[in-house]
Amino acid sequence: MTPKMFFIYFAVAMTFMSVMVITRRNPVHSALWMIGLFFHIAAMYLFLNAEFLAAVQIILYAGAIMVLFLFVIMMLNIREEVVAERFIGEWPIGVALGIAIMSMIIYAISKLEPGPSGEYTIEAVQKITHTKAIGSILYTQYIFPFEIASLVLLIAVVGAIVLAKKR
Amino acid sequence: MIESVISSVGINGFAGSMIALLVKIAIVFGVVMLHVAYATYFERKVIGHIQLRLGPMTVGPHGILQPIADGIKSFFKEDIIPAGADKTVFKIAPVIPVFSALGCLAVVPFFDGFVLANINIGLLYIFAMSSLSAYGIVMAGWSSNSKYSFLGGLRSTAQVISYEVALGLSLVGVMIMSESLNLTQIVEAQQKYWHGMFIIPQFLGAFVFMIAAFAETNRAPFDLPEAESELVAGFFVEYSGMRFALFYMAEYIGMLVMSAISVLCFVGGWTLPPFVLEAFPSLAAVPGIVWFMLKIYFHVFVYYWIRSTLPRFRYDHLMCLGWKVLIPLALLNIVITALVKYFC
Repeated sequence: MTPKMFFIYFAVAMTFMSVMVITRRNPVHSALWMIGLFFHIAAMYLFLNAEFLAAVQIILYAGAIMVLFLFVIMMLNIREEVVAERFIGEWPIGVALGIAIMSMIIYAISKLEPGPSGEYTIEAVQKITHTKAIGSILYTQYIFPFEIASLVLLIAVVGAIVLAKKR
Repeated sequence: MIESVISSVGINGFAGSMIALLVKIAIVFGVVMLHVAYATYFERKVIGHIQLRLGPMTVGPHGILQPIADGIKSFFKEDIIPAGADKTVFKIAPVIPVFSALGCLAVVPFFDGFVLANINIGLLYIFAMSSLSAYGIVMAGWSSNSKYSFLGGLRSTAQVISYEVALGLSLVGVMIMSESLNLTQIVEAQQKYWHGMFIIPQFLGAFVFMIAAFAETNRAPFDLPEAESELVAGFFVEYSGMRFALFYMAEYIGMLVMSAISVLCFVGGWTLPPFVLEAFPSLAAVPGIVWFMLKIYFHVFVYYWIRSTLPRFRYDHLMCLGWKVLIPLALLNIVITALVKYFC
């Protein structure tokens, strides 16, 4: 019963916060609501016994990415932005796309059936700790996608420096 | 200890463990708040004596009641919110650093078995929590609607996020050596070596950690966010009364947390090195909290010592030091530690 109540709280709070993010006039407020949202997502990861993911969610998204977002938003002159229109003229297309994706997801979830459980069951993960489980599988079985992802990030880093140096 | 007292009264199971946890939280909170009050007194006395002054002397014998007088004063001061400030953000901002600093204490083991939450990702949790304090600075700087606080906020955010990278990387060596992120297990892992503290094999990591911790807590010589001579008081220039005191509290709790991490990861936490215990077996009778406190207060003293000795860094020097010296050093430390771990 208690886990269910927690889940209901987090689901409702996350929906509420997502709505707040897109309806605030002030971009700084939107960013702050988004940080609250990240915290709730981290709590959801904890429910799934994914403590490492939860910590990384906070460290990376809340601790690094959103700080940089706020940094950039603060550099813009907010006082003028506040009066601008919140939604551009094409919003009906956005709503239609959103409904289409949502119905697709609902259809997919209704057809969902749990597959056979693999090597890493909840008990196994709890025994060897989630950090070790994710590390050992990431650096052996999924080493190739991992390396590709790191290359892509490296290219982005180099690209950002090149763009900044041109001025 | 607390659990056995509570179960002897007749409360067992979930309720019993919850009450035990609340009692523990109350103890830690009370002790830490008292520490914060007297850390300011300790700082003023240390700096006073280093500068051949006496420090606070008026309130009570040797000024011992000074922190209480300061607390009462800041509590009853008028709280001013500047015109044009974003009121909600302005009010939330000082709470965030205090919250994040106190949150870190949840995973700190003060002595063997006394820890509020013995979780497997202790170190990561501390990184996550301490990275949040940047929000207090950003929000305070932005919401005050003042140029000084805005500049101070920008500076401080850039500083805190730069040094967070070095801070995180400097502890990776400890993680590799202890094969754990759990702070209790890190302390136990150090007992397996003759030296009993990771500061000896991990001197590079400890060096980077100490410097990054100074920058992370905005302490001198990296106190650029509040550089009085340029920015008045930096990001909290518009704050007054209790909200101002909250920023101060966060700074002192942050120093305590950083000292605690340093003690746990590099100096062996509540334990003594095995060779010392062999030489003086009678020291084993001393409770672990005594050693932990002694080590913590040595670190706190170093913070004050350096503040009263070194001048403030220039901003570009600070960024150079962070990105071009500390981060490469920390990466080198990781490579060396990993190679030694793999081949030995």
